[in-house]
Amino acid sequence: MIEFQDIRKSYRVSKRESGLGNAVKSFFKRDYTLIEAIKGISFSIDDGEMVGYIGPNGAGKSTTIKILSGILMPDGGTCVVNGQVPWKDRKEYVRQIGVVFGQRSQLWWDIPVIDSFELLKSIYAIPSAAYRGKLDELTGLLHLEELLKTPTRQLSLGQRMRCELAASLLHDPKLLFLDEPTIGLDAVSKIAVRDFIRKLNEEHKTTVILTTHDMQDIEAITNRVILIGRGQKLMDGTLNDLRAEAASMEAETGTADSENEESDLDHMIAHLYAKLNIM
Amino acid sequence: MKKYYSFFKLRFATGLQYRMASVTALTTQLIWGLMECLLYKAVAEATDGRIPMDYSSIVTYIWLKESLYVLFNTWAMDNDLFAMITSGDIAYELCRPLSVYSMWFSRMTGARISEAFLRCIPVTVCAFLMPKPYRMTLPVNGAAFLFFLLTLFLALGITITFCMLVYMLCLFTVSPQGWRMVLTGAVEFLSGNVIPLPFFPKKYLFLVELSPFAYMQNVPFRIYSGDLAGAAMYPYIIKQVIWLAALMSAGIVIWKLAEKRIVVQGG
Amino acid sequence: MKKIKIKENIKLYGKYASVCTQSVMEYKLSFALMLIARFLIAFCELIAIKFLFSGFTQLKGYTYGDVLLCFAIIQMSFTFAELFGNGFKTFSGMVRSGGFDRVMLRPRSLVFQVVASRFEVGRTGPLFTAIITLALGIRHSQIDWNPMTVWTFAAMIVGGTLLFIGLFVLEASFCFFSIEDTSLINVLTYGAKSHGKYPIDIYGKGILRFCTYVIPYTLIQYYPLQFLLGKSDDWYLAFYPLGIVVFLTVCGFVWRFGVRRYKSCGS
Repeated sequence: MIEFQDIRKSYRVSKRESGLGNAVKSFFKRDYTLIEAIKGISFSIDDGEMVGYIGPNGAGKSTTIKILSGILMPDGGTCVVNGQVPWKDRKEYVRQIGVVFGQRSQLWWDIPVIDSFELLKSIYAIPSAAYRGKLDELTGLLHLEELLKTPTRQLSLGQRMRCELAASLLHDPKLLFLDEPTIGLDAVSKIAVRDFIRKLNEEHKTTVILTTHDMQDIEAITNRVILIGRGQKLMDGTLNDLRAEAASMEAETGTADSENEESDLDHMIAHLYAKLNIM
Repeated sequence: MKKYYSFFKLRFATGLQYRMASVTALTTQLIWGLMECLLYKAVAEATDGRIPMDYSSIVTYIWLKESLYVLFNTWAMDNDLFAMITSGDIAYELCRPLSVYSMWFSRMTGARISEAFLRCIPVTVCAFLMPKPYRMTLPVNGAAFLFFLLTLFLALGITITFCMLVYMLCLFTVSPQGWRMVLTGAVEFLSGNVIPLPFFPKKYLFLVELSPFAYMQNVPFRIYSGDLAGAAMYPYIIKQVIWLAALMSAGIVIWKLAEKRIVVQGG
Repeated sequence: MKKIKIKENIKLYGKYASVCTQSVMEYKLSFALMLIARFLIAFCELIAIKFLFSGFTQLKGYTYGDVLLCFAIIQMSFTFAELFGNGFKTFSGMVRSGGFDRVMLRPRSLVFQVVASRFEVGRTGPLFTAIITLALGIRHSQIDWNPMTVWTFAAMIVGGTLLFIGLFVLEASFCFFSIEDTSLINVLTYGAKSHGKYPIDIYGKGILRFCTYVIPYTLIQYYPLQFLLGKSDDWYLAFYPLGIVVFLTVCGFVWRFGVRRYKSCGS
């Protein structure tokens, strides 16, 4: 159960203009711009839900994930996940979450995947029996048999992502945060990842929050979509709600494009972003 | 010639920008220099005047070393070039209508001079403002200064051609970072960066002077500080020219070999 | 309960260390060269001391053996600090690559993970030099080895290691305040390593004071050294290295403050 209440977060970013003169100036005095990444977002997610968190680049998706996983502390608002505040009592909290950053690896680059897993077992102090069971299960579901003995650096992106997923789930977390898990993957790997996440949710009732730009991910995995833009929540509902909303907007402005109806998700989202003026 | 000049200018400008945050760097160098001055003061007192270099020459040598550090640094310079070699992007360089060796040479010279130019002014100014025994002195006369400039450029040339040799040798190994570290580590010591070469015992000094390393910073710094003057200078200058020519030819030959290798491997 | 935890952490540290070592061993030649290079660089410093001492027998009252001993102690401290505190030393890279976010997602103490995940055997190169130096130093100096002097010697090394680690922690904490230029802190670490090989009082009173009240180098070098070399009979000097605990505590506070800031600002 996730309660995300009126969370706000802003960053100070130092401005630096190009040119020699400005380089000198910035050494003595730095100008900061305040960027409001999140301006009061609220939502609540029940156990076992699978939620897609979408929005254009810079909308605040990663910031939300970082707050939910306890890496960042918001400026204001409350967030309670399974009775705990993420950024308090970090060590206790992180035991129940798994996080995958699609663009970064958590596996040790030069050693076989299985050795990374063994180290994670020690880090999370997973009992041997539980570890063995979980490893077998994940190996089966993600088809890792062949990969476990290979050093991470020799894996393809898709193979690596499967291993990343397994690494994030070894300690059997109740919550799984996925930040662009299918980025850069080929079609086969994408499908494998999606199938796996669905199965995981079916069997373990794992709550999944997923950010992505791939609308097919959303369609295949989630049953609920939260759309954010410019740091605010714009919509919260099922994918069909989103479609209906998009359709009604198009009807209003009379720019409906009959050729690529609702079937083309990417077009729909692009339209939606444009209409909401959040690009 | 113009093409090389524009490479030179480009590096010069980027060097200027990156080096603006150099107040801390200046402090670092001043502290470093001062500590060395203090050490040699103790050494001078201990030797009772039988020191291989005048104390004031040592002080000037130290400040020159600090202010012109980037000219003769064999260790942490030219990283983009080195990265190009290790990553294999060097293949693109082959497509340019220039001699790669000359292009690199002008690029590295530009980068080093721009950095040195920026760093040396504040360090030198401060070195001239130091309290008395630790103050940098002017060269003994105008001629010495001219010889200093001449040998400075020759020494820079030797340093750069040597570095290029090292980098190119890296094309032939799977562990470039390691080789670079071993080679440049040794050069630091042999070129008089750890202690000035006159402090080396005679027989070791003789050996070092058979290598190109004795003709890097050692020559200009000692001419400026007055430790090396008159007729004693000329053999050093002649050897500088010889070494520069030798290293450059070796570099060009090895580059030709490396070029073939890159082509054979298909980049 | 507490005891089990410590045991478990030591075991986990061992696992991290073995994974780090295993990674390095994937590139054996590179590893060997780095090791040799680091050994060589340190060894050149030893030769430099020998060369300097060829001109005199005593430097401000310190014999060749005394200086070697001092050099060995500082070199060992620094090497151990680099070996165990490498995580802090390379911390800026960890922040930039997002590795620190990952660290925050694991149920272990941040400091533990930072330290354990970057154990690097290749750093041990200078240790060989230090051991040679130590052997030479013991042979050349007339230390009366008894429990007190052995304690002093050990306390200097452990205290020195902790002091350098403390400085690395400070350097790492800079990353939290988006200060990228760490050259000022480098002067404190590398400067102390290279200038600390001589007993600090040879640099004069001013430096001695700075190294007592600003950064407490004298606690692990000058004062206990006086006792170790038999220059002073004040037994309490042997316990000065314990004072480093205070310094470490201060560093720890800065680190915690930095982590708090990281949580509220991100990188």
